[in-house]
Amino acid sequence: MEGQNVEELLAKAERDEAEKLQRITVHKELELEFDLGNLLALDRNPPTGLRHAGPTQEAELRALARDNTQLLINQLWQLPTERVEEALVARLPEPTTRLPREKPVPRPRPLTRWQQFARLKGIRPKKKTNLVWDEVSGQWRRRWGYQRARDDTKEWLIEVPGSADPMEDQFAKRIQAKKERVAKNELNRLRNLARAHKIQLPSATGMHPTGHQSKEELGRAMQVARVSTASVGRFQERLPKEKAPRGSGKKRKFQPLFGDFAAEKKSQLEMLRVMNSKKPQMDVTRATNKQMREEDQEEAAKRRKMSQKGKRKGGRQGPGGKRKGGPPSQGGKRKGGLGGKMNSAPPGLGGRRKGGQHHGGKRRK
Amino acid sequence: MLIKGGNANLTVTQVLRDVYALKKPYGVLYKKKNITRPFEDQTSLEFFSKKSDCSLFMFGSHNKKRPNNLVIGRMYDFHVLDMIELGIEKFVSLKDIKNSKCPEGTKPMLIFAGDDFDVTEDYRRLKSLLIDFFRGPTVSNIRLAGLDYVLHFTALNGKIYFRSYKLLLKKSGCRTPRIELEEMGPSLDLVLRRTHLASDDLYKLSMKMPKALKPKKKKNISHDTFGTTYGRIHMQKQDLSKLQTRKMKGLKKRPAERITEDQEKSKRVKKN
Repeated sequence: MEGQNVEELLAKAERDEAEKLQRITVHKELELEFDLGNLLALDRNPPTGLRHAGPTQEAELRALARDNTQLLINQLWQLPTERVEEALVARLPEPTTRLPREKPVPRPRPLTRWQQFARLKGIRPKKKTNLVWDEVSGQWRRRWGYQRARDDTKEWLIEVPGSADPMEDQFAKRIQAKKERVAKNELNRLRNLARAHKIQLPSATGMHPTGHQSKEELGRAMQVARVSTASVGRFQERLPKEKAPRGSGKKRKFQPLFGDFAAEKKSQLEMLRVMNSKKPQMDVTRATNKQMREEDQEEAAKRRKMSQKGKRKGGRQGPGGKRKGGPPSQGGKRKGGLGGKMNSAPPGLGGRRKGGQHHGGKRRK
Repeated sequence: MLIKGGNANLTVTQVLRDVYALKKPYGVLYKKKNITRPFEDQTSLEFFSKKSDCSLFMFGSHNKKRPNNLVIGRMYDFHVLDMIELGIEKFVSLKDIKNSKCPEGTKPMLIFAGDDFDVTEDYRRLKSLLIDFFRGPTVSNIRLAGLDYVLHFTALNGKIYFRSYKLLLKKSGCRTPRIELEEMGPSLDLVLRRTHLASDDLYKLSMKMPKALKPKKKKNISHDTFGTTYGRIHMQKQDLSKLQTRKMKGLKKRPAERITEDQEKSKRVKKN
């Protein structure tokens, strides 16, 4: 009797277990492929149940989705978990699906000056121990960093060397030397970076003010100072009698006298083609820009004349009234048109857009 | 990057808005219409992607020949890599299904069902594109209770059914919960139209992994086709005569036998 009871209990327990597992197990012909790093599951089974497109399709799709999601969740729950701030968190593996990159692989960086030198001389980094014995404190301390072994800054006594001035502050001298070393290191690091990104650092040869600098050096320094504002010198006024510097624009580049014959031939043929063509080759961008610039200059000259006249004769209302209506809208339009186009957009696209809007030069509606 | 074409109708606009809602905060929806044709001229798309620093885009348009058109694509180095045109046959928006939605920014689970997704190259690229588009940012840990919604793609009879469901975790007897689904988000029935896939070498270039990310190969371990793992151990040369084997007590030499053996050996030596 008791034996039967025990057997019954065992059978019942087994049935319960099976039932519980049944609630989360799903039967599939082909196993799904999982990529848990992306929370992805791929089901290769052909969806036969859905062949007949009918009103029950939604429910069947949902059932299929439920089964697949159940399998994915089962897999996710198998992952190693940890408790982070009272929430159960699973550690995901790396995603295995290979997807194309967004940007190309970064180029290898050029070697720094020290690395080049070390390579040349065959210098290899010496393996150093982490801890160094410190006599002063009588313990093993780290080589550099917090509570290091031989800390220069913590010395309370510095002997004045024989050759030095007795009134000099040796502590200040040490601090100054350290600052200079740090600054030099930073400069070298920035130079290495500039070399890696191929940026030209502006040379600062004439910029440190000594008492005796030549006229050209001073002029150059002034020019650099003028351009070092946020608007790159666009709104810097000049002194009343200051002349505009000549030769500060871009240098013209000329082709070498002989060299690339193919390129020369190509450019000559292109020139001939342009000269022979019946239709004028007009670059719409340049044409509109030129037109706009001329108009702006005219208006600026007119405005200046108006303002001068107005100041002298005590403000006439006629031109003033007109003046109010005109410039603000133009200014607004100009900012939107010119500013957006000149600095940011590539010339080809900007040209096309401008051509569409302005129909070759006419701006005012 | 979600862009509207010159003649986008209500359906297409609504689809773009719903996808934007799913992909917040990582998407940008352009409000104005842009008159471009992605399959003819890709320069304006590339310009937009360069400006907004987005490499995945979706372009919606509508005309008589291609009603309810959606072009989904991705870029490599700000040049178009893959573009696939899909037609929307049926669309149920987020607004039409009235229940609670999940918070934005959650990483969705993606499930692709149907063997069609592996048969043709078009479908395979579409699968990879959809994974790229809809997976969230790559994370190393995920809160198990925070797994909120799942996007399910089924390929059947030349159509692709896109459904999104909200996850409800129910108690089952054991640790793993039982799943119940509730339809939540946009549901689309899509048809594959034109494709513009990248050439093989461009695709290979885009898949190139830098050396640091390549999985490191372990030495002296090999796998065979049946799944068995073999390992190699390198040992020095052994003196086999001194090998420790099992001791058979019956074969042990008795002292009398040992003496006779020694005598025989010495005799042989003398003879030689």
